[in-house]
Amino acid sequence: MTQTTLILGATSAMAEHTARLLADDGDTLLLAARNPEALETLAADLSTRGAAAVKVLPAFDALAPDTFPELLTAAGSFDRVLIAYGNLPDQAACEADPKLAAKEIEVNLGSVIHLCTLIANHFVEQGHGTLAVITSVAGLRGRQSNYVYGSAKGGLNLFLQGLRNRLAPKNIRVLTLLPGFVDTPMTADIKKGPLFVPAAKAGECIHKALTKCKNDIVYVPFFWRYIMWIIRSIPECIFKKMKL
Amino acid sequence: MPDSSIHSWGLLPTVSHTHVIPLRDRRQTLPSIEGSMLPHGLGRSYGDSCLNEDGALLLTRGLDHWIDFDPETGLLQCEAGISLAEILELASPKGWFLPVTPGTRFVTVGGAIANDVHGKNHHRTGSFGRWVRDFELLRSDGSRRNCSRTENATWFRASIGGLGLTGLITRATLQLRPIVSPLIDVEQIRARNLSEFFALADESDSTHEYTVSWVDCLATGDAVGSGIFIRGNHSETPSDLTWKPRPTLPIPIHAPGWLLNKASVQAFNFLYGHKFSGDYHASQEHFLPFFYPLDSVNDWNRLYGKRGFYQHQCVVPREGRSGPIHDILSRIGNSGQASFLAVLKVFGDQPAEGLLSFPRPGVTLALDFPNRGQRTLDLMNELDEIVMSNGGSLYPAKDARMSGAHFKTFTPALDLFTPYIDPAFSSSFWRRVQENS
Repeated sequence: MTQTTLILGATSAMAEHTARLLADDGDTLLLAARNPEALETLAADLSTRGAAAVKVLPAFDALAPDTFPELLTAAGSFDRVLIAYGNLPDQAACEADPKLAAKEIEVNLGSVIHLCTLIANHFVEQGHGTLAVITSVAGLRGRQSNYVYGSAKGGLNLFLQGLRNRLAPKNIRVLTLLPGFVDTPMTADIKKGPLFVPAAKAGECIHKALTKCKNDIVYVPFFWRYIMWIIRSIPECIFKKMKL
Repeated sequence: MPDSSIHSWGLLPTVSHTHVIPLRDRRQTLPSIEGSMLPHGLGRSYGDSCLNEDGALLLTRGLDHWIDFDPETGLLQCEAGISLAEILELASPKGWFLPVTPGTRFVTVGGAIANDVHGKNHHRTGSFGRWVRDFELLRSDGSRRNCSRTENATWFRASIGGLGLTGLITRATLQLRPIVSPLIDVEQIRARNLSEFFALADESDSTHEYTVSWVDCLATGDAVGSGIFIRGNHSETPSDLTWKPRPTLPIPIHAPGWLLNKASVQAFNFLYGHKFSGDYHASQEHFLPFFYPLDSVNDWNRLYGKRGFYQHQCVVPREGRSGPIHDILSRIGNSGQASFLAVLKVFGDQPAEGLLSFPRPGVTLALDFPNRGQRTLDLMNELDEIVMSNGGSLYPAKDARMSGAHFKTFTPALDLFTPYIDPAFSSSFWRRVQENS
């Protein structure tokens, strides 16, 4: 049976590649992003690939939570949600400016909690649903190079864990997606090492997590489970002196 | 930060670029940078026409969105970074096929237009540009032109085969051709010499959509031109059109330089030449192995080793002054410099669409030469002289070394083309053929 998936942050490279595979499945796609004009290109693409229907929603602004209920109403009914937006802040700038740090936390954590709460209640009412959220392996251990981003994602991981616990008996799936290094416009300024995977590969992992496997927490791709296991096992007294 | 990670298919020359900029949004204007820029798709050009030393490359693969496909008419509109492989995956299950395809499906639509690529059906369909209905050309000054045979017609003709120099092709509309089966009815016929090859080509001209010949370059004397003539048609028996791309075999490292030598090429040629017994073999093949035998091996170019290889593809009149194909093949046969892949095809008479298009009436011969330094260059220069004296031409997409003087002679429409070059665009190839003349 084909499904209807709402994607928030649909212009993100990982979301786009996931959406292409959902379109191949013949699903219906509801797309929201900051810049709906850019979504027109995507919508034509996904329709041509075979999506049953593609709808572009009004502009989505993560920093305007008052507009969220309206956006969800505009979306209508949906079986799945993929939250894919986020911002990788300049860590040094966040260290210099607490207001900027707080704003980044709002984009990457506060707004997502806001949305997830609305969507969770919607799913409870509807009696089914899958809520998938792209967080990051950066949320699994605080590191000096990006701990503002990391703390937002770490908070999000915990929030989703709790939400999963609440919704499990109600036939609602909460999926935590943990990408490592993915070659996307967000990471354009980072030097690409061997651990980087193309956005298309990440999209494949996310599509599989959404449609095939039943896991609650999925690393994108799988090997980050082992890398993060090692990184998390380093005692804090040693870790604090490391340059990561 | 200079970036030397990008090379062409022949792995030579090695150059570094000042910027390598991935494009994602066709609605945006071009980046403003110092120095020149050049669109770069899948990098399947063999020489330096897809490189821009000490300039910028605009990576077009991110422009990979479909815009519209009408399964009733076969009219396809897409962004220029879409590959021919992706078109086949989308359209062939719906009964539509590429009107023209080169020997690899891993090229972008933009690249196919900018090189006006040709295929085994050139004698019937002409080259790729003839099947392009329109495209958008984005220039460094921010202007956009929709180009077709009726709108901005000279821009259209300048950009088809225009080597990416006239601006960025952002999207295009192509006319696909219908099929009812993914299978090709294939016949392979042994040709003992060049006159047998030409006889087969003549005989097949009106009966077969696809014709090509594999030639044994080690043959000398009476056997020059011996090889296998291959012809095919799309099967007209309707059958299941769905297929899945098969995983390709990777070549993860460069092979040692000695791997392809006279003995190994001789062995390959012997095996290839004896892949069927007798003089005739008929079969049905899926279109993938028929059109893209080498695509099943990823990075097959690495088999030539780190030093890379040259391609030499010419078109010459069939008779010419001296029977140029016979001349070229004998020259190679006697040189001892084995060419691993030698492909011979008779082009049709359809005039090419582009001002700089390579295909023209005559016979085309494509050769691979492992890079052995000066003696390889010397041999190719000798071949150039034969091409030149017979009024032929060389294919820029395959070239890394032709002289500027030769290029000018091969390109009669050069003066007509030059005003259409975007002032911010250039390529290593272009500067090379402008300078050393």
